[in-house]
Amino acid sequence: MSSVPLLGETIHGDTIELVPSGSWTAGYATALENLFDVVSPKLQKAKGLKIDMTGVRELDTLGAWLIEKISRHARTSGHSVAVIGVADRYTGLIDDIKLVNRDKPVRRAKRYPALTNLEAIGRSTFGGIKEVSIFLQMLGALGTAGFGMLRRPRSLRVTSVAYQLYQVGWRAIPIMALVTFLIGGIIAQQGIFFFRKFGAESYVVDLVGILVLRELGVLIVAIMVAGRSGSAYTAELGSMKMRGEIDALSTMGLDPVEVLILPRIIALVGALPILAFIGAMSALYGGGLVAWFYGGMSPPIFLARLHEAVSVTHFEVGIIKAPFMALVIGIVACSEGLLVKGSAESLGKQTTISVVKSIFLVIVLDGAFAVFFASIGM
Amino acid sequence: MADHGSDQFAIRVRDLVVGFGEQIVIDHLYLDVRKGEILGLVGASGAGKSVLMRTIIGLLPKRSGHIEVMGVDIEGSLDHSDRNAAAIWGILFQQGALFSSLTALQNVEFPLREKLALSASLMSEIATAKLEMVGLTPEDGDKFPSELSGGMTKRVALARALALDPAVVFLDEPTSGLDPIAAGEFDDLIRTLHQTLGLTVFMVTHDLASLNTVCDRVAALADGKIVAIGSMADMLRSDQPWVKAYFHGKRSLMLQPLAS
Repeated sequence: MSSVPLLGETIHGDTIELVPSGSWTAGYATALENLFDVVSPKLQKAKGLKIDMTGVRELDTLGAWLIEKISRHARTSGHSVAVIGVADRYTGLIDDIKLVNRDKPVRRAKRYPALTNLEAIGRSTFGGIKEVSIFLQMLGALGTAGFGMLRRPRSLRVTSVAYQLYQVGWRAIPIMALVTFLIGGIIAQQGIFFFRKFGAESYVVDLVGILVLRELGVLIVAIMVAGRSGSAYTAELGSMKMRGEIDALSTMGLDPVEVLILPRIIALVGALPILAFIGAMSALYGGGLVAWFYGGMSPPIFLARLHEAVSVTHFEVGIIKAPFMALVIGIVACSEGLLVKGSAESLGKQTTISVVKSIFLVIVLDGAFAVFFASIGM
Repeated sequence: MADHGSDQFAIRVRDLVVGFGEQIVIDHLYLDVRKGEILGLVGASGAGKSVLMRTIIGLLPKRSGHIEVMGVDIEGSLDHSDRNAAAIWGILFQQGALFSSLTALQNVEFPLREKLALSASLMSEIATAKLEMVGLTPEDGDKFPSELSGGMTKRVALARALALDPAVVFLDEPTSGLDPIAAGEFDDLIRTLHQTLGLTVFMVTHDLASLNTVCDRVAALADGKIVAIGSMADMLRSDQPWVKAYFHGKRSLMLQPLAS
């Protein structure tokens, strides 16, 4: 049975004799390491080392390694070492442990921090170029698949498109309507609160109308779609990639872009303008309600003011952006999905990247459109 | 280390019942594993081999019965008292179950770090020693699980299972997914470590070659009970219909010379 390990030592002239006893097992790890630390400096002086293992009742890898470490240290210093009295059942272990930890792992060369930073900058620059090329490749592949579909309209997977439309369009309506309703209400409340100081409360209708129709309606909806449907696309395609489903499709002579990606992107491009329209209406509704209850502006007056304040141009500016944003979200989501490697960890990482990147690109695209519309006078 | 004292059994399972909902998977099962032996557990897919193993190691709750591993009662599913039992056994899961965010070496160091108070240098020496004992190089220790081949993953997982020098090792299909050469090497490894470390091995397997070369005894699980237990020769002589079908099927023809 187990008992506390001990390490007796006697010195015969130049030779030191160690007598380990008790349980040299992992259960007594701390005690064993202390014994080792106490005895190892004394070994420096001795010329010879003798280890008598007769008293060891239990031995495991940890104990065997400590014994081996003591004797190996003495041996490399050129002293004579004798290990005696090893019980038969432990000879295999003692012999095995002599073979381990022989070669020191190669230390990685030390690197200069400045050089490391420079390397990181270089890598991220090339990484950025690579990402642009991945985006363009996916756009090109989609274009090819799209032309193929136009030449042979029957090759379009109608069921798949309908299913995706249901997923990213129909099922997204409640949450999109709710979020834009709240945004419209908040803008109206803030507008009324601050315009009241100038006695210009009625201009809140211009604020809500123009802001929602031109910018916020589509932007909020696109960001929500990137988070909701873009992430779903990345996760779906990524798990298909992980399980080899995409390879299976390719080996059957089918183009994964045509079968999996084109229907998803068509659905997204179709759904986002509709969602943006619903979002804009819902935001106006929210703004109108807040103007009524908080600003005391009755609905007929709100509608009349709205009619004067906004024109179809504002609505067009907003809604034209929607399909382009959908295309960007879809391309980013699908290409990130295809970049997933074997592990579930990489699936999670790629999904995060997909959402962050598509939201970023949607905002950049919105800015580019703002410049464009301003310069053509819309 | 296996200590041949008063109790000669490493694992004792008494009248064990395990079920999910209406379905009874393990039905009043009795099983004894002797200290220092390698026991292979066979059974049809879905017969409850993994359920039995997971119940013994406390991952699944039992309906009734009594389980004892190295004299320690295993009560229901994992609770605090079982945490202490973690040092008496090591488990090699079928897929390795290596922590993907840690390197191979860190995976082996993990149980040492959590359970023992050791200096960092000694810990890494012990972990490297374990990696070398399962036939890997110190360089392999810096690799992440995603960079390891199937055979290497199993070896690292075995090194982790052996990190605390447990008395009992549970192996869940250790050779599945390995090519015959790698599987044969793994069988040898289990045999060698069993001898050097004096382990008791409880092995769930379908690999007839493993059963034949590695196991001291084989237990067959069918209908929620152990229907036959004994040496390979005993199995081949058994008249139990399922055991007969298993060991006398087309794939077991290579074992036939043993039967006579």
